[in-house]
Amino acid sequence: MTNPVFDRIKNDVNAHDIVLYMKGDRMFPQCGFSATVVEILNYFNVDYQTHNVLQDESLRNGIKEYSDWPTIPQLYVKGEFLGGCDIVREMAANGELVAHFESVGIEPKN
Amino acid sequence: MALSAREIEKMILEILPGATVEVQDMRGDGSQFAAHVISEEFVGKNRVQQHQMVYKALEGKIGGELHALSLQTSAPK
Repeated sequence: MTNPVFDRIKNDVNAHDIVLYMKGDRMFPQCGFSATVVEILNYFNVDYQTHNVLQDESLRNGIKEYSDWPTIPQLYVKGEFLGGCDIVREMAANGELVAHFESVGIEPKN
Repeated sequence: MALSAREIEKMILEILPGATVEVQDMRGDGSQFAAHVISEEFVGKNRVQQHQMVYKALEGKIGGELHALSLQTSAPK
């Protein structure tokens, strides 16, 4: 079975180094967990693309199936699903996130 | 019906017997939980896979009755 949303997601996460599926956008996150990930990405000052799942029900459901992950936000780095808010927060705190960015050739500007 | 911390613990233990599971009801009203799970089953798995295993234990409840669950997982040291 092919799901057209999967193709869209695959294209997006492969076309951009860092992609965040979230509720709201970076200026106005509409959920505390999404806001946390935006803050972390802003803190490290990396470029990222966001998709607001609240504006697209098929994306909201599709991304959960695509990654086999039941919650939003979801962070993708170089096409790979890195985790949700808890994982990203833990990785940011213990230095793993920066190490991961560097290991895939993304230079945090902070 | 909101879940209780005790029920969440039980569901996780059913899938991960022998795990150390600690669930806290952060506001005391069943709206926000934090769980810390340590299990032998996590050995050799990355964090995404570990969290997925816990989510499986809570099949379908996440995002529904269980809106906010903050998760921390690790293999025993």
